[in-house]
Amino acid sequence: MNQTPLVEMKDIVKTFGGVHAVDHASVDLYPGEVVGVLGHNGAGKSTLMKMLSGAYVKDSGQILINGEEVTIESPRDAQDLGIETIYQTLALADHLDATANLFLGREKTTAWGALDDNLMEAETRKVLHRLNPRFKNIKTEVGALSGGQRQSVAIGRAIYFDAKILIMDEPTAALGMQETAAVADLIQQLKKDNLGIFLISHDIHDIFDLCDRICVMKAGKVIGTRKISEVTKDDVLSMIIMA
Amino acid sequence: MAKQFSQFLNTLGVSPRLVSMMIALLVIWLVLHFLTDGTFLSARNLYNLAVQTSVVGIMSTGMVLIIVARHIDLSVGSLLGVTGMLIAYLQAEVFTIDNNWGWVASIAIGLVVGGIAGWWQGYWVAHRGVPAFIVTLAGLLLFRGAAFEVTDGKTVAPMHETYQLLGGGIDGAIGATWSWIFGLVAVAILVFFTLKSRFRKTKYGFPVKQMWAELLMLAIWSLLIILFVNVMNSYYKPRTEVARGIPIPVLILIGTVIVMTCITKFTKFGRHVFAMGSNPEAAELAGINIKRVTVGIFVLMGVLASIAAIITTARLNAGVNSMGTLQELNVIAAAVIGGTSLAGGIGTIPGAILGAVIMQSLDNGMVLLGVSSSMRQIVIGIVLILAVWFDVMYNKKRR
Ligand SMILES: Nc1ncnc2c1ncn2[C@@H]1O[C@H](COP(=O)(O)OP(=O)(O)O)[C@@H](O)[C@H]1O
Ligand SMILES: [Mg+2]
Repeated sequence: MNQTPLVEMKDIVKTFGGVHAVDHASVDLYPGEVVGVLGHNGAGKSTLMKMLSGAYVKDSGQILINGEEVTIESPRDAQDLGIETIYQTLALADHLDATANLFLGREKTTAWGALDDNLMEAETRKVLHRLNPRFKNIKTEVGALSGGQRQSVAIGRAIYFDAKILIMDEPTAALGMQETAAVADLIQQLKKDNLGIFLISHDIHDIFDLCDRICVMKAGKVIGTRKISEVTKDDVLSMIIMA
Repeated sequence: MAKQFSQFLNTLGVSPRLVSMMIALLVIWLVLHFLTDGTFLSARNLYNLAVQTSVVGIMSTGMVLIIVARHIDLSVGSLLGVTGMLIAYLQAEVFTIDNNWGWVASIAIGLVVGGIAGWWQGYWVAHRGVPAFIVTLAGLLLFRGAAFEVTDGKTVAPMHETYQLLGGGIDGAIGATWSWIFGLVAVAILVFFTLKSRFRKTKYGFPVKQMWAELLMLAIWSLLIILFVNVMNSYYKPRTEVARGIPIPVLILIGTVIVMTCITKFTKFGRHVFAMGSNPEAAELAGINIKRVTVGIFVLMGVLASIAAIITTARLNAGVNSMGTLQELNVIAAAVIGGTSLAGGIGTIPGAILGAVIMQSLDNGMVLLGVSSSMRQIVIGIVLILAVWFDVMYNKKRR
């Protein structure tokens, strides 16, 4: 691949107090590619991704988007760069309904500046139908929805706004078999649309089905990046365990 | 039976919580009516009740947003005191009441100062991370002290004649004709917006209420509006047959309720307040500027406290530095009784108004019964605990 990477994170450092959550880590991502980020709990996967999504500000290092260095200091900065995130915690406002959550922070308004709830609801119905045709409780507060439906709302929010870069932090953790399959389909589809996707997952099968490359982390460091076609599941498992 | 009833409410599109509050209010009214030998539900007393409710009602709409956002404002009573003193002092001693525009200027300055005081508190909460409980507890002291400092504790009087109308005194109501016009216009607006919203939903192909349910709700609301106007028109000016009509402070309350309802339901700001109260981290990750929203709600609360101060000084026809003392408790109680959850994320403006009416009804009824002010405080205190306990139980059952 000779094209410019969509994302390059170079030599990134993040500490919390004395903890080196991310320790001189570097990863990159090309358009139409899925990169799996693997590692034990506490390896620093979420923290690394949160610096790309604007939830945390990096201590040092460089982030390049399409070859140009960018500053990401807030979630809004990341959104403006076309970076969307499905957080491990989903980050939903439980007392609001699916529509309000999907458009949270980016509400559509009428010519008068009032919230255009009808328009937003119509769009929400479309997106959620695509993800989960059985999704019915569009007016229910999301706190009362099932885990799978909540995840659908979080995923819907990430794909609605024409993301170029998608970060999925354990997106299938709360899902059943069918819903997981739907997410896998979605990822394939998004790849065709030339999105770049970082996928954090513990499921080795998911990783092998969906990823083009993997990047293994341990104690804040990236200890190896491999093409999935060049490794076996056992190789990957031993990379994670041995490290 | 209970299940069928809740299904019925669902078809009508009204929240069970609101209905249970209305039933509670009705029971309280009937009991008080009975205990006071028919005085409580007289036109005269209901008129007074409406005027008394406006001050707490106006502030409770702001308290809803504060509590929804997981904060609290203990300073609103003192804030009312200081802005009220400032307005009265400016009007009586700086502009003097001979100046026909002095009262307008004093109102404008009062509203701005209220907003700045709110901004000050919001700044400490949002940008300096001091808990609202402490900031506004300090505000309770600070603004009360400031209220004293305005005139060294001296009462200032009188207020401009036109200004006094805002307090709802003898002439402070709009008369029978205008009241009927107001009522009919209100009904027309209600019908218009209900149908418009229904039409737009149908256009999008969304499910709508059944037609009979829509019409029934319209009929109930229209009836309540007409009934309200009729009661306000049944109370006459002293020694005449001239109807008073809707008191001006109640009109101010209604205006406030409409504006605040629009803010909570139809603006980004309102939506963000609820998102923040529901899950602050999620709101931040969604790109919402939490600090700005937090400052915004405190500014709004400050402005509402000065509106309440205008009504209070106009009604007293004076500025007294103890104005608003302990009002923060009534305001918080109104919001909480009205279904605002102290855990954040839940609350409605109409609920808070209903809460304010319940609080004021209890207080008013006890005054009619000759209950001493100390006993009234005890009762209100107990009601507050019961209201929060009810909220806790209600939320447990829902989970
Ligand atoms: N907000 C935070 N404050 C303090 N320590 C944190 C914070 N977030 C993560 N950490 C620490 O950073 C390390 C990496 O965490 P994380 O990125 O969540 O790992 P992973 O997602 O790979 O399981 C852990 O040791 C964790 O305790
Ligand atoms: Mg994680």
